[in-house]
Amino acid sequence: MPKVTIDGISIEVPDGTTILQAARMIGERDKADRHVVPPAMCYYTSLKTSGGYCRTCIVKVTKGSDKDPRPMPKPVASCRTAVMDGMEVANTTDPTLIDARNGVVEMLLINHPLDCPICDQAGECHLQDLSYENGKAASRYEFERRTFDPIDIGDTIKLHMTRCILCYRCVKVAEQLTDGRVHGVINRGDVAEISTYISQAIENDFSGNMIDVCPVGALTDKTFRFASRVWFTKPVDAHRNCENPKCSGNVVLWLKGNEVLRVTGRKDQWGEVESFICNTCRFDKKDVHAWTVEGPRKIDRHSVISQGHYQLKREQPLLASPAPNVPELAKRKELKDR
Amino acid sequence: MARKLLFEHIDKPGIRGLEGYRANGGYRSVEKALRTMSPDAVLEEVKKSGLRGRGGAGFPTGMKWSFLAKPEGVPRYLVVNADESEPGTFKDRYLMERIPHILVEGMITSSFALGAKTSYVYVRGEYFYVARILEQAIAEARAAGWLGKNILGSGFDHDIHVQVGAGAYICGEETALLESLEGKRGNPRIKPPFPAVKGLYDCPTVVNNVETIAAVVPIVNDGGEEYAKIGIGKSTGTKLISAGGNIKRPGVYEIDLGITCDEFINSDEYCGGVDGRAFKAVVPGGSSVPIVPYELFLKTPTGENRLMTYESLSEGGFAQGTMMGSGGFYAYNDAQCIVRSTWNHARFYHHESCGQCSPCREGTGWLDKVLERLEHGEGRMEDIDLLWDIQRKIEGNTICPLGDAAAWPVASAIRHFRDEFEYHVTHREKVKDPKHFAREPFRKSAKFATA
Repeated sequence: MPKVTIDGISIEVPDGTTILQAARMIGERDKADRHVVPPAMCYYTSLKTSGGYCRTCIVKVTKGSDKDPRPMPKPVASCRTAVMDGMEVANTTDPTLIDARNGVVEMLLINHPLDCPICDQAGECHLQDLSYENGKAASRYEFERRTFDPIDIGDTIKLHMTRCILCYRCVKVAEQLTDGRVHGVINRGDVAEISTYISQAIENDFSGNMIDVCPVGALTDKTFRFASRVWFTKPVDAHRNCENPKCSGNVVLWLKGNEVLRVTGRKDQWGEVESFICNTCRFDKKDVHAWTVEGPRKIDRHSVISQGHYQLKREQPLLASPAPNVPELAKRKELKDR
Repeated sequence: MARKLLFEHIDKPGIRGLEGYRANGGYRSVEKALRTMSPDAVLEEVKKSGLRGRGGAGFPTGMKWSFLAKPEGVPRYLVVNADESEPGTFKDRYLMERIPHILVEGMITSSFALGAKTSYVYVRGEYFYVARILEQAIAEARAAGWLGKNILGSGFDHDIHVQVGAGAYICGEETALLESLEGKRGNPRIKPPFPAVKGLYDCPTVVNNVETIAAVVPIVNDGGEEYAKIGIGKSTGTKLISAGGNIKRPGVYEIDLGITCDEFINSDEYCGGVDGRAFKAVVPGGSSVPIVPYELFLKTPTGENRLMTYESLSEGGFAQGTMMGSGGFYAYNDAQCIVRSTWNHARFYHHESCGQCSPCREGTGWLDKVLERLEHGEGRMEDIDLLWDIQRKIEGNTICPLGDAAAWPVASAIRHFRDEFEYHVTHREKVKDPKHFAREPFRKSAKFATA
C-alpha cells in the first residue's frame, strides 16, 4: 500500500488511488484535517473519465516517490494523478500553489454572470463555496461577459449556459447513465457550450441526474424553479420502492411545511450523489405520502444550509495547523502576535 | 555549402512522382531496412543519430520509440503529425508538396522499426491539396509494391491512411490529434497514460512530426553515426526552417544545426539580412516561443555567439533565451509594433483554445481583450502588470501546452519590450495609427529587463 503525505499528514491508501481520493480519506479519518482536501469542480467519483478540466484541484507534488524523489515541475490535477509510495504533496502549505488556485478561481468567475440573487443554485452552489474560500472580493475583469439565452431541454430541465463552467459532468452523465445520447459540447474555447445539438429534448429515465451533478446553476430543475431559496426548505431523507431497477429510491425531500418542493439524490460530504435516482422519483412524486420519511438530512458541507460551515472557519484555531487559503487569518494572527 | 539531406533532390524534375523519386535514390532505406536489418537495428541507428523531434518539443526520437509498449496481440500504430498549424511554420507543407515520397518512405521504414502494420498521416484541414498529393504518392507506392502485403518478400505488411483534419490548431497536440483521428472532439487527453502506452484506439502509438519521419530516411541510408556528425552536441543533423517576416529572402531552408544565428539571418545563402531597415526582434521557432530582441538573438547573455541549436537558442532560460520550437522563424524590423504582434498572437490562441480547461479557456480571451485595448490606445499602465499576472496564471496550470504557448509570447514581449507597451499608454493618439511605427520607429531603451 503506497503511503502519501499531504500537507504533512500521512495516510496509506490502496494502489491506484488518486491524490484527491487520498486527501478525502484523510478528511474522512479526522474532520480536523479536512483542509488538506483540494476543491473539485469537475471530478465526480461515480462518473468515469471525469476530472482534470477545471484545474481547481491542482496540487504541488514536492516529492514524486521514494524511488524517484524529484518534484513534479508543474502543478498536477490531483483528481487524475495516482499516488506513488512516498509521495509528498503540498496543498494549502504552498503559497505559490494557493496563488495559482486563486488564479484558476478568478478565471472561472470572469465569464460567470454572478446572478446568485436570481439563481436557484444559490446556497448549494459549489462555485459560491469555491470563490468564498479561494477567491478575491473584486474582479479585475472589465469586459462584457459571455452570455447565452437560457434554453429548455425537455419539460423538466432548464439550461442556463451563461452560468456553466464547462465541467463536463453532465456530458459524462449523458454518456454513462442514459441511453441514446443527444447531449454534448459544441464550439470551442470560451464560446464552447453544452448543447443538445438541435435543441432536442432530453427524454430519458435518468436525465435529471444532470441537475444534481451540475456544480453551478447551469442545469436547474424546472419543477422547482423560483419556488423557494434552498435555505428556506427543510431537507429530509426519504425512500420509496421504485419500480425502476436502476434507481435506488433513496432521496432527499426538500420540504416547506408538508409540501415537497423538490426531490434530489443524496449528496455525501464531498457534494457527490451517493446513488443516482430516476426521473419518476425526482419529478413526479411530489407528495409526501408517496415516501417513507427517515428523518432530517444533515447537510455537512458546501451549503449555507449548514450554517456551521461558515462558522467553522471563525472557530478554527488560528494557524495552529495551516489554515486553508484564508489570508486574513494570517493577518489577524500577525496583529495578535504584535 | 553544406550537404542537404532532405532537400538534396528537391529541385530535380519529376521528384514528386514515384519514377523521379526512385531515379534519385528513393526507397533505398526501405530496401536496406527490410532486406538487411532487423527492426531493432533500425531503432538502434535512430538512437545513434541523436535525432530529436522536429515538431517543437525536441524530444529524442530514438527514446520515444523505445518507450513504445509492445504487449502481445495488440496492434501498434505510427501516426504522423502533419497538422502543421503554428503561425510562422510552413516547412512540412513544403516538404510534402514537393517531395511527398520521402514521407511515405520514412513511414514505411519507421513502421518496420516499430512493428506497426498501419500508419496514419493526420493532415491539417487547410492542407487538403497536400492530402491529395500524399494520397497520390501512396497510391503509386502501393501499385509498385512498396506498400501492402509482404513488402519486398520480407513478410512485413504495411499500409498508410491519410486523414484530413477540420482545421483546429489544437489537433496538432498529439493526444488531441489521436482523439480527432478516432472521430471525436479534438480535446487533449490527460497524461499519463502517454500515447506510447495507450494511444490511438487505446493501442500503443508513436506520434511524430513529418520532418522527423522524413529524417529517418537519410539516417537509415547513411547510418546514424554519419547523421550525428552534422550538428553540435545534442543537436544533430539538419533542420528545416521556414523563414518569414522582414527578411530579404523568405523561404524554407535546410540548415545544419550549429550554424550561427548571425549566419542564418544575415548571410545571402539563407535569410539575406533585413529588408532595408533595422532588425528589432526575432521569433525563431513559431509563434509560441518567446520573442527576443535582435541583439539577444545574435549573442547569448554571456556574450557568445548564439547558434541555431536546441541548446544555444534556449540559453539564458525564459528570461533571456528562446526556443528552437518547430522552426517557424520570423523577424521584425523597426517599423513593426510589438504590441500589435503580441495582440495578434493572443487573438490566435484565444480563437484556438479548445475550451476544456478553465485557465486557458478564460485566460486566453482575457489576454486578447486587454491587448486589444492597449493596441488601440485605450489601455492603462496597470494593464501591463495585469497581462503579466494573467499569463502567469495560465502557464503551467493547463492540461496541454497550448496554455503555455499562449502565455510565453505575452510574457516575453512584456519582458523585453515593456517600454513599448508603456509607449502605447503614454502616446494613445499616435498608436491608433497602425502605420505610426513605420514613420517613427520606436527606439527601445538600452537595458533589457530580466524579470
